[in-house]
Amino acid sequence: MIPAPFDYVRAGSADEVVGALAEHGDEAKILAGGMSLLPLMKLRLATPSVLVDAARIPALSYLRDDGDHVAIGALTRHRDLETSDLLGAECGVLRAVAAQVGDNQVRHRGTLGGSVAHGDPASDLPAALLALDATFVVQGPGGERTVSAADFFLGFLETALAPDELLTEVRVPKTGSSGFSYQKFNRRAQDWATVGAVAVRNGTTRVALVNMGSTPVRARGVEDALASGASIADAAAQAADGTEPPSDLNASPEFRAHLARVLVGRALTEAQA
Amino acid sequence: MEVAITVNGQAERHDVEPRTLLVHYLREECHRTGTKVGCDTSSCGACTVLLDGESVKSCTMLAVQADGATVTTIEGLAPGDALHPVQQAFQDHHALQCGFCTAGMVMAAVSLLEEIPEPTERDVRLGLEGNLCRCTGYHNIVAAVLAAGAKR
Repeated sequence: MIPAPFDYVRAGSADEVVGALAEHGDEAKILAGGMSLLPLMKLRLATPSVLVDAARIPALSYLRDDGDHVAIGALTRHRDLETSDLLGAECGVLRAVAAQVGDNQVRHRGTLGGSVAHGDPASDLPAALLALDATFVVQGPGGERTVSAADFFLGFLETALAPDELLTEVRVPKTGSSGFSYQKFNRRAQDWATVGAVAVRNGTTRVALVNMGSTPVRARGVEDALASGASIADAAAQAADGTEPPSDLNASPEFRAHLARVLVGRALTEAQA
Repeated sequence: MEVAITVNGQAERHDVEPRTLLVHYLREECHRTGTKVGCDTSSCGACTVLLDGESVKSCTMLAVQADGATVTTIEGLAPGDALHPVQQAFQDHHALQCGFCTAGMVMAAVSLLEEIPEPTERDVRLGLEGNLCRCTGYHNIVAAVLAAGAKR
């Protein structure tokens, strides 16, 4: 399978990406690692007429200690996240989740920003960033703005990014090297999660779910139950409340709801240990 | 557009469409057909090559993305007539049946051993999760990679 023809633009800076997007409008797509976009283009589910290659902007690949948070360049690869000592010490959950994305080959190419901008509810990292209350830095023709993770994921493959904007940085609060868990259930190695559950305990407990709706979702019922003193078992029983899990050949909505309750229970137990 | 890639130590330069996948650049422009197209959906890993030393699936990468990079395919692994240690281990342990996944398995294993020089069995099984063997010959493949790791 070969993608439909497109014009290729190689950008050397964030400004050049934004400039190319302004010139070509919503016919253009940004290419980072290509691990999500290229499969869609090969299946002709995506047929952008212009591809703006942002992957050669070294200035957008970094992990930096920024006081109360870790700043991560959007082009930082999953491999760089899963091998980062800084991330392991300051936000261990993100390092652990990155290590479970796809397979080695995918993690050598895929980027944090690409995963976030793609907005797939079955992806691992967006749910982790939602649980972390991460902040996204976005550059557009009018300058820079920040968007909270809670306001970023709007629908299936739909985010708060405008067609002429580039995600440049992800900021994650320092939650430490322990007190977290990521439980991912799939039937085959390397598959997307049928359901996943991220728990982060750092004073309060925050829980987010993978593949339990058209976006990554917070398990608010679980969080509220824990805050009012419920046991892990009682809190986990609320995991599927208010969700609209999809139905596909891997699982029915009922099975996904069951998985959410079981995985949240395991995640809370491991995060507490 | 013109895409220049160093393939197995040799400078290659070919004029291709931007939509040309790296695997087709290698097979059809460079005539290096050791790299196989398997599932063509980035699941099976048969097309795995090393890009600047790291395993990637060449069916899910554009040739233009590798412009200026160094690519190693199965043909470029052994320096001369002797087999690369991972290739030798695959032979010693009969780590193949039909052989279609083998080139990708070997390249993924080489990359894995660079990152984890002495892997455990679990490291190997997780490290090769992006490579499928339709003959289900995983037992000997894992044994070969463990043996190659132990010899390093």
